[in-house]
Amino acid sequence: MNIFSTVLLLLFAILAVFWESAFHGIRHLIGAQIDLLPALMVYASLYGTITTISLLAVLGGLWFDSLSANPFGITVLPLFGCGMIMYATRDLILRDQTFAQVVLGFAASLAMPLLVLLLLLTSGHEPLFGWGTIWQLWVMAIGGAIATPICFELFALLHRVLGYTAVTQSSFRPDREIRRGRT
Amino acid sequence: MLKRPHYIGLGVVVLLTLTILNLPSAARSRLKQSVGSVFLPLFGLANAGHAAIGRVSDSTATHGQLVTENQALRRENQELRLQIDHSKEVERENSRLRQLLGWQQQRSWKLKLANVVLREPANWWRTVQIDLGSRDGIKLNMPVLSTEGLVGRVSAVSLTQSQVVLLGDANCKVAALVQNETRLAGVVGPYGPIDGSLVSMTYLPPNANVKPGQNVVTSGNGGIFPKEILIGKIVDAHPAEFGLSTEARVKLAADLNSLEEVFVLMDK
Repeated sequence: MNIFSTVLLLLFAILAVFWESAFHGIRHLIGAQIDLLPALMVYASLYGTITTISLLAVLGGLWFDSLSANPFGITVLPLFGCGMIMYATRDLILRDQTFAQVVLGFAASLAMPLLVLLLLLTSGHEPLFGWGTIWQLWVMAIGGAIATPICFELFALLHRVLGYTAVTQSSFRPDREIRRGRT
Repeated sequence: MLKRPHYIGLGVVVLLTLTILNLPSAARSRLKQSVGSVFLPLFGLANAGHAAIGRVSDSTATHGQLVTENQALRRENQELRLQIDHSKEVERENSRLRQLLGWQQQRSWKLKLANVVLREPANWWRTVQIDLGSRDGIKLNMPVLSTEGLVGRVSAVSLTQSQVVLLGDANCKVAALVQNETRLAGVVGPYGPIDGSLVSMTYLPPNANVKPGQNVVTSGNGGIFPKEILIGKIVDAHPAEFGLSTEARVKLAADLNSLEEVFVLMDK
């Protein structure tokens, strides 16, 4: 992943955080808001470098907390932790398979808010926590599972449209060259 | 497997996070506001988008619809003017009577209208962002109301925006009274994470005579919320754990899910 891809990813992160704050139709309908940062982190961890993951975790987490009542910086570590686990095991993951993307999106979207809630509860804060939280976590996990393959497709499309096309292999082979004249 | 640069990256991120989390609250608040200012251009785009959608929908309204709406608004305007005149008269009478009795003059409220621009992205808090900040005179803990009733209080202030913590959040507890013969006092606090229209009123006396439909208003205790601001209506009541007190569910008067405009109660 090059710098352009990283910048694109961060741009999508900022738009995702803004969308979560500005658009509350999903919360009206089903009582919970979907977080798109874990889906972006899945993409970054499977295709990006450690720098990309770190930047997405730090900036995405800080942007999210700046619009939220969360203590500033509390979202960074859970996001980074999910990203690092996927990054460390990405050689074992079939990253091009939609099923793998869905499963990873589901797991990341469930683990990240759980970790944030754990940090909040252990640091003395009082988030809204009850039996309804289980429903909200399910909504976030399923929403993340649906959003992750969409993110992959979207970034693949953007790379095809905006990136350089791969150079095709030439048909010239030196061992098949016909040399004319004196050898 | 992870290599050395990965461990270095891990260490940097952990160190940065721990540093930010352990900053003094004032510095952390300023840092939060400065990071949040990144979204200001997007606020402007969102407002422009809403305005454009509004203009499109206005332009598609038929002449007949506009005339009907205009007539209804004129009638409502006249009724409101009459109510204002009546209220002013009642206020003057109240002031005279208080003066006669030697009570402290009741301060009239100074309200400032604000638009709700963003909502809480996380599912475990209940906050909104409004488009007034310190440059508009907004300060911490100012009460926030809607036309239906109490909404919350200001919990963070930046130059151009403020965060309002809503009723039902754990950080917004209100001393309240039930408007009945005995004027029972309690504390309004969060009820659950899903239904934002319900809150719980706790620390009511055991065997409290609380009936569904009774109004719940602010008591004025605590110094943040003035008294007699409507919070909601009692839905039901039941004894708390071990029967030491009574808890009631209260349906909020203000619809927190569709807030678009709110009033901030300013210091006079």
